[in-house]
Amino acid sequence: MIRKVWPFALVALLALAGCATTPPEQGTTTGGATAEEGAATGGAESEGATGTGMAEGEAASTVTAEECPPDCDFSRDAIDDPGSILSDRTIYFEFDSSQVQQQFMDIIKRHAAYLAKYGDVDVRLEGHTDERGSREYNVGLGSRRAESVSQLLQAYGVSPSQIETVSYGEEVPAVEGHNEEAWAKNRRVELVYPASGN
Amino acid sequence: MHPTRWLHALIGVALLAVSGQASAVLKIEITEGVSGARPIAVVPFGWTGSGERPEDIAGIISNDLARSGQFAPMERRDMVSRPTAGDQISFGSWRTLDVDHVVVGRISPRSAGGYAVRFQLFDVNRQRQVAGYSFEARKGALRGLAHEISDVVYKQITGERGAFNTRIAFVSAEGSGDAKHYQLQVSDYDGYNARPILKSRQPIMSPAWSPDGERIAYVSFERGSPAVYVQQVRSGERRQISRRTGINGAPAWSPDGSKLAMALSYEGNLELYIMDLGRDKLRRLTRSGGIDTSPAWTPDGERIVFTSDRSGGPQLYTVPVDGSSAPRRLTFEGNYNAGPDVSPDGERIAFVHRNENNQYRIAVVDLESDLMRIVTDGRLDESPTFAPNGRMILYATEHNGRGVLGAVSADGRARVRLSQAQGDIREPAWGPFRD
Repeated sequence: MIRKVWPFALVALLALAGCATTPPEQGTTTGGATAEEGAATGGAESEGATGTGMAEGEAASTVTAEECPPDCDFSRDAIDDPGSILSDRTIYFEFDSSQVQQQFMDIIKRHAAYLAKYGDVDVRLEGHTDERGSREYNVGLGSRRAESVSQLLQAYGVSPSQIETVSYGEEVPAVEGHNEEAWAKNRRVELVYPASGN
Repeated sequence: MHPTRWLHALIGVALLAVSGQASAVLKIEITEGVSGARPIAVVPFGWTGSGERPEDIAGIISNDLARSGQFAPMERRDMVSRPTAGDQISFGSWRTLDVDHVVVGRISPRSAGGYAVRFQLFDVNRQRQVAGYSFEARKGALRGLAHEISDVVYKQITGERGAFNTRIAFVSAEGSGDAKHYQLQVSDYDGYNARPILKSRQPIMSPAWSPDGERIAYVSFERGSPAVYVQQVRSGERRQISRRTGINGAPAWSPDGSKLAMALSYEGNLELYIMDLGRDKLRRLTRSGGIDTSPAWTPDGERIVFTSDRSGGPQLYTVPVDGSSAPRRLTFEGNYNAGPDVSPDGERIAFVHRNENNQYRIAVVDLESDLMRIVTDGRLDESPTFAPNGRMILYATEHNGRGVLGAVSADGRARVRLSQAQGDIREPAWGPFRD
């Protein structure tokens, strides 16, 4: 029963995450409708994610083990091991988008598996944008990116109480520079583990 | 979640009072002159004391007038004579040079200390004195005095109030990576006498002057997440206004100084709120699924103009402060219009506009005619702020890979650049008139 419902629920959540967080670039009328839907589902989404996150260790770990790339049976101190696959902690975004791209799903799944296994470990999701446009609006965009990652982590079984999000907007670039290359590296969410000092 | 873990970030935050001598001096370049500006000659002031002249008052006045875009001051090398008082002016020769007005003056040391400064403004065609004043000032006040003289000249000739004797606030950032540090600075409008009022290892954002010019509201990340503070400029004393979960951002003073509009996300989505500072009461103003931020008050205190992407990309909206009607969209040209500042007369709004080549420039929309005009020519222009007389707009831009400030006359004609010796400067906020 659980196995049948789960993959479907996840797909739905992922789709909604994209819809809720990516403002369409053109068409104000359609855009309006999408944004409103996004808002409405945003609430539903977090509730769903909260529900699943709390669906007791068993259900959550079943799913994460199945979804996670190989070698996700992390030891507790794997987070402090620079050689661990958990050392990949940055998720990059496309211009004007807060949708998580497919190639970063493995990073999210690994961290979700680790965090779901060690429920007392906290993660901080730091959202960033490139330098273009209004600084205050960029704080909003960075927050949306962090929120996208948060929703996915929760969908993979991390408890919302383990997650803190913060947006720095364009204030803390990873790379100095005023070109496409720098901008691509600055549109990101960083997973930070405050307790491990990383 | 665990605020105590971020307390270490407090080390390295310094609150500073504005006092003492000037430190960093900004470099000022006029990048675009104007045709049709009024010709004027500001003759170097005479110095009756010994040693070096304490301040080049005429140079400061000349720069002020040039920056306004309304005047074309004559170069010193083109001046055929250097009168320092009215009775030395040969009007005929100035008239041949097509100069409409001449400013002359003298600085004298006072026996009691400090200086006496006399200046006169003459109309060349009428061969008549238009204004003349005498002042007393200590050395540190001579720049300010020069700006006051600029205000007199500007008012006499244009009929409008000058904004030369005003201050600005801005954020500077130096270093990179872990060595990066941020300062909130206050300076004269032309970047001189810059002094930090806050230093931090974490970002500082969104400075906003209180209408009386005594306080600055801003956002600081010094405790690991953003919080809104209000700091007394003179004493450095400050108060935390909001440190709720999530975003605490974009503070904007009501015209009477009793309220702060802010963008907060503690209820889930980023929305606008109004904080009554006297009663510490918070009221929610907007409800949308999108990002609502960057509130700016209209001068009558009745409406808020803000950025929202409720319709897709960011656009400007306006809503009554009492929430009595729904937000109305103001901008329709282009798919990115954000970060508004309302002109002091309430008739225009300056904001960041993205054009079809993905360049971010400052645009000004006239609310009556609905006409939008792009007034800057950079590719990363942002954070426009009107001078208190509405005639100039200061903004942040990029030059040679560094963050610098640009100033443009509100009609887009004259442009000036302010840059610091090192690091980036951005987020200018133009302070009110100093009465």
